Amino acid sequence: MIVYLLCLLLFCVGLYCILRKRNIIKIIVGVIIAEYAVNLLFILVAYRRGGRAPLHSPDAVIENMVDALPQALVLTSIVISLASTALLIAIAMRIYQKYRTFDITKIRELRG
Amino acid sequence: MSREHEQGMSVIVKTITRLTVGLILLYGIYILVHGHISPGGGFPGGIIIALSFIHLMLAYGKDAALKKLPRYVTSFLEGFGALMFLAIALLGFSGGYFFLNFISKGEPFKLFSAGTILLSNLAISLKVGAGLFAIFVALILFRFDDEGEEE
Amino acid sequence: MLELYILLIFMIIAAVVAVEVKDLLSSVIAVGAVGLGLCITFLVLKAPDVAITQLVVEILALIILIRATLKKDLPFSTTGRWFLNTLITLVFVAAFLSVAVYALRDLPPFGEPLMRVAKTYLKEGLSETGAANLVGSVILDYRAYDTLGEATVLFTAVIGVLTLVRKVGRKKEAAVAREESDE
Repeated sequence: MIVYLLCLLLFCVGLYCILRKRNIIKIIVGVIIAEYAVNLLFILVAYRRGGRAPLHSPDAVIENMVDALPQALVLTSIVISLASTALLIAIAMRIYQKYRTFDITKIRELRG
Repeated sequence: MSREHEQGMSVIVKTITRLTVGLILLYGIYILVHGHISPGGGFPGGIIIALSFIHLMLAYGKDAALKKLPRYVTSFLEGFGALMFLAIALLGFSGGYFFLNFISKGEPFKLFSAGTILLSNLAISLKVGAGLFAIFVALILFRFDDEGEEE
Repeated sequence: MLELYILLIFMIIAAVVAVEVKDLLSSVIAVGAVGLGLCITFLVLKAPDVAITQLVVEILALIILIRATLKKDLPFSTTGRWFLNTLITLVFVAAFLSVAVYALRDLPPFGEPLMRVAKTYLKEGLSETGAANLVGSVILDYRAYDTLGEATVLFTAVIGVLTLVRKVGRKKEAAVAREESDE
């Protein structure tokens, strides 16, 4: 239970960064940390006490493997998160090229 | 010889790169084709193969890497991987339903086993590797106007 | 499970450093520390496939992030309603945390997962698909439709990046000639 709480704390660090910081690179850093925390939560839910990795061996019969389904979901999600991070960075570089700043409060069109 | 040393990093980095880049590529291929009997598979294999070309690019400059893997080859491999994966899925209809594992399973723990999983791993790795290399090249070669000529 | 706690606390400390440090390059490198700690955590939790993928993805993401922050150590302003903004953010995060803790009670306790579907996969996986790596058999055989959707998302992201980075507007003749001679 404490492990889940620590994982949520990691997510909250990322959430605080997204909400509070004004630099676009810092916001991307917050998004990355939040993604890590979500991936970690899936793998934590899949863990089984005293379990083994989900691999069959030709010599021995392996009992009590950990859950393979969340691992498969997280494997695809990691690659997608890399692509979405690259997309965010491309948008940030375009914004820098146009407005000469990473500070979102200095960009006039975004001000409500 | 002098022309060769203008781009990229120093001689030490280039020598080490020449020694290691083939090993990295070979390790990526190993991870890729043994995806169904050991940890690994199409996703990490494809990214390691892309990383070997990125290693070449960081050490030797963009021209050396783009000569080995031009942009049209990258876009062709990206589309080919996607179509190959879709074709494997559609060929499953020959036996009944989408994504049917229609090739014989073979003997477990051998390299040529597990039916379509090996082919799907190949398709996925082509797609992931080519796509991430394209993203990397696009982002690295993007120039801010005030930076001028770099690389 | 002592090593799990140590790794999680290390990751939280590195994340706080990444959020609070002023220099952008240091911040990006601290994110790399979080990712590598996450990779070791996956190994401890018996997920070797995910650990390999996380390691290589982390290296690639770090290279791209460093490229984005290079030569641009811009100071950013923290003036204005500093106290009010921080207070509102902290209240929101605290509200989220309390609701999440309340929702956490419905999860199975740590170490005893519900394996209603996975039981079938683990038992029948080797005989039905012939693959010894059960994660691979789930990705590319049982749930391959999911992977097809993932490939579509990746393709869309690649097209998005290439569209954003392209040169806007009509090219001049000289620029076109120079680019052709470059390639």
